Amino acid sequence: MNILISGHRTRRYRSMNSIGDDCNELKKQYDACFNNWFSERFLKGETDDSVCAPIFKVYQECVKRAMREQKIELREIETDYSTGTEYDNNNTASGSKSQSGQSKS
Amino acid sequence: MVVTASTCRTETVFDYSWKHVVSAYWNRYPNPSSTHVLTEDTIKREVRDGKLYSRRLLSKTNPVPKWGARFYNNLPVKIVEDSVLDPVKKTFTTFTRNLGMKKIMKVDEIVVYSEQKDGRTLAVRRAYISSQVFGFSRAIRAFGIERFKVNGNKASNGFNYVLCRMFPQDQLTSVTTTSQSTTAASQFGDVAVATTNAGSTSEALKRTAKIGYEFCKCHASKIAQLFSVRN
Repeated sequence: MNILISGHRTRRYRSMNSIGDDCNELKKQYDACFNNWFSERFLKGETDDSVCAPIFKVYQECVKRAMREQKIELREIETDYSTGTEYDNNNTASGSKSQSGQSKS
Repeated sequence: MVVTASTCRTETVFDYSWKHVVSAYWNRYPNPSSTHVLTEDTIKREVRDGKLYSRRLLSKTNPVPKWGARFYNNLPVKIVEDSVLDPVKKTFTTFTRNLGMKKIMKVDEIVVYSEQKDGRTLAVRRAYISSQVFGFSRAIRAFGIERFKVNGNKASNGFNYVLCRMFPQDQLTSVTTTSQSTTAASQFGDVAVATTNAGSTSEALKRTAKIGYEFCKCHASKIAQLFSVRN
């Protein structure tokens, strides 16, 4: 069985869903913008990323809202990988309900 | 506190240029091997010192059976992926980790994609698996590692599918090689814990251990795969 290879010169990307159902369309637009910027500009030495900034901002607002609604702990996500001391902080918290007391509104 | 970790290292060569690999990386989902990946979002991205820093949030289905729910909840698993891409040095490094369920198993993976002399792309993947589950962590880690070894070759199929779809004309002809090595490190907690609890409760402990071991055997590999982003 052969994998279907499309003959399009313009690369067609299939898009994954966003964590927020209502963010899918924004994500699709942002991904398209980013993919184009990444291969056509960034990999060619251009570091100015302002072209996708407006759509990224709107998409971010949507995703952050969805994450808050689903009680995904932003605090845990923001932990910097390089610090590597999660054990010290998370001993008591892991597996418990999310502590939403400090969440931004 | 019992914290032990095992590591596993695998190397994969992609028959595509580094530029193609990194371009396809952002589009590697969905692919036929990734049906367990539910969502994918970019939650942070910036260019700093000419490098691209990204943070993405992935969610994956949880294949844990109902009876396992008393050990951990049955929600989709969240995975955070941080990455740094240096277009000048042609290196791309991804760091991934699971959110939640870290007591049962914590899987940290670092993958470095770099350009080989022959123009193909080398991916070096290191996984650090640790568990804090009382007394069973060694077994959990062992089975986690097993899963990594078993999946060694299958690993990159999904990504290769996407590469082939995006760059049908650009595959570099050569034989793909994969090598693997495993090392277990820093096992200092398990034995101490077991001996301090010896005595009148030892029989009960043995029984519990046996049940726990079987539980681990069935599920540690599943969990390890779940927390991994290799497909």
